[in-house]
Amino acid sequence: MNFGVVVFPGTWSDCDFHYVIGEVLHQPVRYVWHRDSQLADFDCLILPGGFSYGDYLRAGAVAGRSPVVEALPEFVAKGGVVLGSCNGFQILCESKLLPGALMRNECLQYRCQSTFLRVENAETSFTRAMRPGQVLKMPISHGEGKFYADAETLRRVRDQKQIVFRYASEDGRVVKDANPNGSLDNIAGLINEEGTVLGLMPHPERASENAMGGTDGLLIFHSLLGSLVEDGSFLKR
Amino acid sequence: MTGAEPKVTLELALASGLTGEEYDRIIRRLGREPSYTELGLFSALWSEHCAYKHSRVFLRGLPTTGPAVLQGPGENAGIVDLGGDLALAFKIESHNHPSFIEPFQGAATGVGGILRDIFTMGARPIAILDSLRFGDPGDPRSRRLIDGVVSGISWYGNCFGVPNLGGEVKFAPEYAGNPLVNAMAVGLLRKDRIFRARAEGPGNPVFYVGAKTGRDGIHGATMASATFDEGAEERRPTVQVGDPFTEKLLLEACLEAMETGAVLGIQDMGAAGLACACSEMPARAGTGMEVELSRVPQRESGMTPYEIMLSESQERMLLVAARGREDEVRKVFAKWELDAVEIGRVTGDGMLRATMNGTLVADVPVTALADEAPVYEKPTARPAWQDGLEAFDPLSLPAPADPGETLLALLASPGIASKEWVYRQYDMQVGINTLVMPGSDAGVLRIKGTRKAVALTTDCNNRFVYLNPRAGAAMAVAEAARNLAVTGARPLGLTDCLNFGSPERPEILWQFKEAVAGLAEACRALDIPVVGGNVSFYNETLGQAILPAPVIGMAGLIDEADSRRTQWFEADGDRIALLGPDDVSLGGSEYLWLVHGRVAGRLAPLDLGQERRVHEACRAAIAAGLLRGAHDCAEGGLAVTVAESCVSGPRLLGAEIDLPAGTQRADLLLFGEGPSRVVVSVRPESERHFERLMGEFALPWRWIGRVGARLW
Repeated sequence: MNFGVVVFPGTWSDCDFHYVIGEVLHQPVRYVWHRDSQLADFDCLILPGGFSYGDYLRAGAVAGRSPVVEALPEFVAKGGVVLGSCNGFQILCESKLLPGALMRNECLQYRCQSTFLRVENAETSFTRAMRPGQVLKMPISHGEGKFYADAETLRRVRDQKQIVFRYASEDGRVVKDANPNGSLDNIAGLINEEGTVLGLMPHPERASENAMGGTDGLLIFHSLLGSLVEDGSFLKR
Repeated sequence: MTGAEPKVTLELALASGLTGEEYDRIIRRLGREPSYTELGLFSALWSEHCAYKHSRVFLRGLPTTGPAVLQGPGENAGIVDLGGDLALAFKIESHNHPSFIEPFQGAATGVGGILRDIFTMGARPIAILDSLRFGDPGDPRSRRLIDGVVSGISWYGNCFGVPNLGGEVKFAPEYAGNPLVNAMAVGLLRKDRIFRARAEGPGNPVFYVGAKTGRDGIHGATMASATFDEGAEERRPTVQVGDPFTEKLLLEACLEAMETGAVLGIQDMGAAGLACACSEMPARAGTGMEVELSRVPQRESGMTPYEIMLSESQERMLLVAARGREDEVRKVFAKWELDAVEIGRVTGDGMLRATMNGTLVADVPVTALADEAPVYEKPTARPAWQDGLEAFDPLSLPAPADPGETLLALLASPGIASKEWVYRQYDMQVGINTLVMPGSDAGVLRIKGTRKAVALTTDCNNRFVYLNPRAGAAMAVAEAARNLAVTGARPLGLTDCLNFGSPERPEILWQFKEAVAGLAEACRALDIPVVGGNVSFYNETLGQAILPAPVIGMAGLIDEADSRRTQWFEADGDRIALLGPDDVSLGGSEYLWLVHGRVAGRLAPLDLGQERRVHEACRAAIAAGLLRGAHDCAEGGLAVTVAESCVSGPRLLGAEIDLPAGTQRADLLLFGEGPSRVVVSVRPESERHFERLMGEFALPWRWIGRVGARLW
């Protein structure tokens, strides 16, 4: 499976994703410059964390209109998958590849901390190595991660099982105390209707080695890689 | 010279911060009156901030060499050897004055400035730490400063993408009108790829790269070289405005340009901006420089040569490229959408020659600016207040009725309580190297591709330095080294940020002289070279000087990252030992301040030989895998140290401690403070091995209890 890690001016989780995919998982991985729109060589594109274009205007707003992001609909239509973490999630919402918006944290401050996520949908290509209701430990690091959507959109994403991860307590209860940023419905991660684009605020690449405090983040990659083995048609063009 | 500029007079020189004597000296050196622009150059480069006029004579006593030192003081940052191909660059710097005037931007640009000092050496920044001092957090004015400073650091560091590995936040009334904001940055580089701030090779092109120049920060260096009066807020225009996004682009572009081999020398434009870079770079290389100021990218119109030279706009660098390879540099900066403009060239005649649209506006020997500022040895005098402070006996005060209540009060005091409310606002993990986050004695980062790790800390107990500047400064070095030792690290070098009041007052200069002497003694005894640093004088508002603060930033190496230890207890049944002497004092203690509101008394003695043995014993026990936790015994004494080991880790654990029988008062035993003490928890199966090992180090130590008492 060929991974591409997208680099915008101001991206900083690019090297971390590159390291985890290349050095921990030993998968082929290359950087993709934000001006590139030739994506045919890749099976999975990562939109990493950072402050793309300084996040001036709104987080992810400028990157959401960059050449590489504008090429994503065609990329997924041809069978590619996209994982956006942190700033990547913000970019996916800004580009309307995912519904809703990410707003300033309710506490009005940046938060870097460990969070627990309950797996709400284990039937996506990003989560098939997980159990429904499983609790994952993954850190966050953001100032604008409060998910918001209008009532109609929220009903739709609930109905279509697009909510993939919710902030929860260590024992899996979805409670206000476990919500680090005031996200609507404790939403931490969301997938598109087709199941090809996942966005989440937490950082799976920071939870991919025991030395870093845990490996729950790897389950996302194992899901993606496993899905290729189990279902030969997936990602083949 | 240009006729449009104001006529230079003695009055103008005085107004720009120079003394009458210094002005005469400039005239003698040039053989004529300086032009207006030249006066600006001298006022900036001969400011205390840039020239260390009052401190230089004392700093000469510091040890700056050692087998691990690849670059000592005098460059943008110091560099130590990590073994193999790798080296570590680090430096600490103050941004106190700007942070008081405008806390958010002041602190943010403090972080920005120190990061540039690191990547200008060719290193990729891997950590920042910040050492902060404020007034009482209950005071709304202090709260405003705290909120502004913390969010400024958070904004700049997080956007740039560098993890915050720790530091200190301390409070005392003396900092209410003059907070301290010291930022340390650390970077990783290859030993054979060190870049220096030298303008080599006459004929080579000089490039201006990065953000455009505006009128912000003009005379920042001069502002940082005076005390504050009531009009301090009116100086807000002298504070620079930061843009961490541009800094991130500048980082990537600089490292990529360096990789091409076309860059020969590079310097950050920090304090005194272009003036400083255009004189220091050629001065270091024995060359000169010509620049055409109209070519400098500007974001405001109508800027004068004076303003362009002295602007402290952020996120800019001056670099010297190899002639004929200009396009390689331009191409990299174009990719990152940054300006890279050739503004001049290196010359061989030792002069800084600046023109504006072809008209000569400055023509000065670079050494006159960079190396010939006067060095003062001003009078020092032991302050009259020292006798009274030392004569006070804390044991003349009543002992607390309920030491348990006192312990809870200490744990809840802002100086001792967890600083998570600060560091949770900082990204602590970007780069995925962080093995130990803030909240233990030192932050620890792995070095990818090796089995090694780096441990980092900043330390200074201001009350100790105030009571006894020499011993207090030595204790700051000792504590920093101890904070590294408890992780298992061996110190490689230190960087100091010496924050003091006005050096024109003999009492303050005495504090400075004594502190530097103490620092030198401790560095020699513990074998830790000083590889860089910064002096911040004039930390006074309305005549109120701060508690002196020689803040020590230290970096150490752990050979086996997996062997690292943290400060907390981990398992019921582990035996607890106290390494180091029982000799403690309530003089200058957190307890004496919190309960009795006093900063007075004598400090416990410091035996540097014993200090060193404690560190060695601690490292040996960690390397042998005998310890589960190890914690420096510092503010709040033994009781607070043990309580922190119980509650600061992932699991809450209890502990039972036996105090030595005898006649000593409980408050002294529990809350007394002294150097060279470490609390460790030992695996049950390792008790005998530990006892044998401690026997080899000729140091006092004893078992004091066990982990795992009833919690409550």
